[in-house]
Amino acid sequence: MARYILKRLLYAIPTMWIISILVFITIQLPPGDYVTQMLENMRNLQTGGATWSPEFQEAMRDRYGLNEPVYVQYGKWISNIMLHGDFGYSFQYSEPSENLIKDRIGMTLVVSFASFIFTWMVALPIGILSAVKQYSLADYVFSFIGFLGLATPGFLIALVLMFVAFKYGNASLSGLFSPEYETAPWSVAKVLDLFKHLWIPMIIIGTAGTAGLIRVMRANLLDELHKPYVDAARAKGLPEWKLLIKYPLRHAMNPFVSALAWVLPGLIAGEAIISIVLNLPTTGPVLLEALKQQDMFLAAGFLMLLSLLTVFGMLLSDILLAWVDPRIRYDAM
Amino acid sequence: MANDVLPIADTLPKVGAVPEVATDEPKVLVASQWRLMWWKFRKHRLAMVSLVIVFTLYFVAFFAGFFAPNTKDTYSRGYTQAPPQKVHLFDDGKLAPFVYPYDRTTDPRTYERIFTVNKEEKIRLGFFVKGDEYYLGFRGIPVLGKLAVRSNIHLFGPTNPEDPFYPAGADDLGRDILSRLIYGSQISLSVGLVGVFLSLALGVFLGGLSGLVGGWVDNIIQRIIEVLRSVPNIPLWMALATAVPPRWDPVLVYFGITVILSLLGWTGMAREVRGKFLSLREEDFVTAAELDSVPRFRIITRHMIPSFMSHIIASTTLAIPGMILGETALSFLGLGLRTPVVSWGVMLHDTTNIAAISNTPWLLLPGAAVVITVLAFNFLGDGLRDAADPYH
Repeated sequence: MARYILKRLLYAIPTMWIISILVFITIQLPPGDYVTQMLENMRNLQTGGATWSPEFQEAMRDRYGLNEPVYVQYGKWISNIMLHGDFGYSFQYSEPSENLIKDRIGMTLVVSFASFIFTWMVALPIGILSAVKQYSLADYVFSFIGFLGLATPGFLIALVLMFVAFKYGNASLSGLFSPEYETAPWSVAKVLDLFKHLWIPMIIIGTAGTAGLIRVMRANLLDELHKPYVDAARAKGLPEWKLLIKYPLRHAMNPFVSALAWVLPGLIAGEAIISIVLNLPTTGPVLLEALKQQDMFLAAGFLMLLSLLTVFGMLLSDILLAWVDPRIRYDAM
Repeated sequence: MANDVLPIADTLPKVGAVPEVATDEPKVLVASQWRLMWWKFRKHRLAMVSLVIVFTLYFVAFFAGFFAPNTKDTYSRGYTQAPPQKVHLFDDGKLAPFVYPYDRTTDPRTYERIFTVNKEEKIRLGFFVKGDEYYLGFRGIPVLGKLAVRSNIHLFGPTNPEDPFYPAGADDLGRDILSRLIYGSQISLSVGLVGVFLSLALGVFLGGLSGLVGGWVDNIIQRIIEVLRSVPNIPLWMALATAVPPRWDPVLVYFGITVILSLLGWTGMAREVRGKFLSLREEDFVTAAELDSVPRFRIITRHMIPSFMSHIIASTTLAIPGMILGETALSFLGLGLRTPVVSWGVMLHDTTNIAAISNTPWLLLPGAAVVITVLAFNFLGDGLRDAADPYH
C-alpha cells in the first residue's frame, strides 16, 4: 500500500509541472500586459488625460520583468514558488499574491469539502434506494430530480434561489458570514456563523455532482443485484439489508469511489462560478477580477492552486479506491 | 459489419412468398446495424420525445426571423422592463387574439416604474403578419451569407407592426425577451454543434493515434489528457476567454470561444476512441481482415471505424450539453460572447445583480431554455447510447 501511494505521489509531480507550464502560457495569452491594461483603464475612466509616460511604462515593465522572454519569466516565477513560496506580486492590490491567495483558497477548500460531503451523503443512500426499489415512485422522482440537476447550471440555481429568498424570505443569500463577523478574527461564534451560511452554496455546488453520482450508484448496484451470488446469499437466509450491505454494495462502491476523480474537478469548477454569483469570499470573484485586469501573477497563482487541489483530490480518490478494492493495489505492484 | 449494404426495402414480411413461420425473427436477423439501432432507439420513449424537441429547437433557431415577433434589437422606450403581457385568445367568444397595452407611470417617491394594464385599447394579434424585416439563413458568415433571403412575414405578432408586443416581458432597453430568446438560440445551439465537431475531430485524431500507434505517442497523449482532466474547467476557460480580445469581430469571437470550449472537450472523446481501437484490435474480424492482407488504412476506415461509429455518435450527443453550458457560463460572466451578439448566456449576463432578478424575474427565462435544451440532449444521448449496441 505504501509503495502504491508513493508511486501515485511521484506521478503527480510531472502532472503538476505540465499544469504549471499550461497555466503560465494561458496567463500570457491575452494581448498586452498589465501596463497596457492600466493605460486602457485610465483612458476609459477619462482621468483628464492623466496617463503614464513612456519612461514610466518601461520602468514598470522592467521592474516586474515583463520585458523578458516568456521562458525566463516562467523560470523565475516557478522557482520563486518552489523555493520561497513566493507567488509573485499582485499589481491590483500592491501586495504579494500569496497573502491574497492564502485566505481565499482556504475558504474554497472549506466550501468545496462541504459540497463534497453533501454530494456523497445524499448520493449514496438515494442511489441505493433507487436501485433496490427500481421503477418505484421514489426511483422516478429521484431520477427526474437527478436529470434536472445535471441539466441546470449551478449559477442558474443560485440565481433562482436568490430570487426566491429575496421575494418570499426577505433574506439575502450572498456571503459566507453575517456582516458583524466578516472582518472579525476567528472564534467559535464565527465558525458557527459560517456553518449557518455554508449550507446554501454547499447544496448549489453539490447538486450537479450529486445527480451524476446517484446515476453511477444506481447503475452499478443494479448490475450487481441480479448476479447469482446474491441469490445464493439470499437462499442461505441472510437478512435482506445485511446481504445488500455485505455483498453487492461493496462491489458497487468501487466505481462510486473512482467517480470522485471527476466529481472533484466539477465541484471546484462549480465553486468558482457560484462564488461569483453569491459573492463568497473564496477564489472565484478575485480570480475573475484578476483575469480581467491582467493581474497575471495573482491569476496564475489561483489557477495553480485550484489545479493542485484537484490533483490532490484525485490522488486521494486513487488511494481510497486502492484501499477499498485490493485488486488495484496488487495490479499496481 | 458488412451487413450495412443489405437492401432496406424488403423489411416487410412477404405473405405470399414466406410460409407462416414468417414472424419478426427473420426480419431481425437480416436487418442492418443501423436499422436495428433505430428499432431499439424507437422504444426509448423519452429519447424519441427529446429527438423531436431538439429538432424543433434547431428548426426554430434556423428560421428565427420568422418565428420571432420582433428583431433582436427592436426596442420601445415606453416599455423598458415591462412585465410579460398576457395573451388573450378569445374576444367576445370569438377567436381573435389580442393583448392590452401598458400605461407607464413613475412613482414620484421611489422612481419605481409602475405598469398598469390599459383595458381601453386592444392590440390585435395575427398569424403571418408583416413586421420588421429580417434575413433567413447564414447572414454574417462569409460565402454562405450570400444565400440569405430577406422577408418581413412573422409567424405571429401584432397586426400593426408599430404596436408593442411583449409576450415574455422586456429587458432594460425595452427589447422583447421572446424575440431575443429565439435569436439567441441561434448562437447557443450552434456553439454546441461547432464545439463538439471541433472536439470530435481532435479527439478522433489524437485518440486514434494513441490507440493505433501506441508506445511513447500513446504515453504522451494519455499524459496530456490526464493533465487537462485534472484542471478545473471553468477557471481555465475563464483564463483562456480573457485572451479573446473584446474588440474582435463577433464572428471571430464566436469561433474563439468554441475553440476554447473544445480545447478541453476533446479528452473524453479521445479516451473513448483509444479504448475502442485497443479492444477492436483483438477482434476476430480485424484479424481476419489482416490475414486477408487488407491494407492497414482500409482496415481502419472500412472495418474498425464503422463498428464504433454508433458509440461515437452517442458520446458526441452527450458532449453537446457541456459545450452549451460552458458557453452560457462564460457569457454569463461577461467573458465569452458580448453584446451586440445575443446568446442565452449574454442575456443572462443582465441578471448578475439581485436588483435585476427581483424587479424583472422574466430575465431568467433564457435559463429555462438552457435547461430544456440540455435535458433534451441528455435524454437523446442516453437513448442513442442504449441503442448504440443493438446486438445486446
